[in-house]
Amino acid sequence: MSTRRQAMTRLLAGACLGFAPAIVLATPAMRDQAIAELTGGRPVGNGKVTLTIPAIAENGLSVYTTVAVDSPMTETNYVRAIHLLSEENPIARLASFRLGPDAGIAQVSTNIRLAASQQVTALAELSDGSFWQDSKPVVVTLAACIDGG
Amino acid sequence: MALANARVSMPDRAAPGEVVEVKALMRHPMETGYRLDAMGRPIERHIVERFRVRYDGREVFSIDLTQGVAANPFFAFFLKATRTGKVTFIWEDDRGEVTTVTKSLTVTE
Repeated sequence: MSTRRQAMTRLLAGACLGFAPAIVLATPAMRDQAIAELTGGRPVGNGKVTLTIPAIAENGLSVYTTVAVDSPMTETNYVRAIHLLSEENPIARLASFRLGPDAGIAQVSTNIRLAASQQVTALAELSDGSFWQDSKPVVVTLAACIDGG
Repeated sequence: MALANARVSMPDRAAPGEVVEVKALMRHPMETGYRLDAMGRPIERHIVERFRVRYDGREVFSIDLTQGVAANPFFAFFLKATRTGKVTFIWEDDRGEVTTVTKSLTVTE
């Protein structure tokens, strides 16, 4: 994607916040920093995590998102946490789910807000301390925060 | 706010070890704090910050929320039915308001 389009997207998204320039949207770098804080700098593998999210979201105010992690969810081998991250929202971290063997199945769903078209990332922390991720691009037709919250 | 603002859907009985799906819905504006009102004044942030699930007295699941979660936050997740007991759902918002819903889960032998 051209940087000009990205700049324009950010400008429009900023305008939709109807707010002073003090509000800065997250950038991929801010998302990467959030991931680094969550992982403590440990490597993140691709796989094990399946992020299900619409490729085209008509309404960025509420985008149904499901994250499933391939894990037996036993007392000794389970998913400790699932994090949802954005690269374009004002805050990179959308939600963090903390679970354990009592969940039985490592799958969570919620509705998230997306301020612009972007890559959404799901990051999972396993009981052995390893981290895994999945990312999906989402085209947002109506960005969150234009009106109605 | 009353209990009517939050709803939880889950089975009330399950076989030992059965994994049940839980759906939780809360009526809440999840106001981002980025918007302006009609007079151009900033609308104060008002979000649910934490959602917790206790099963038979033990915390088994929780969520930290930000403005990135849509208004009227909805969650679907799973619980493994291991023992008969109360399942308590707790929503805490950034104004100190706490909403609780309690369900009973009976594990049939």
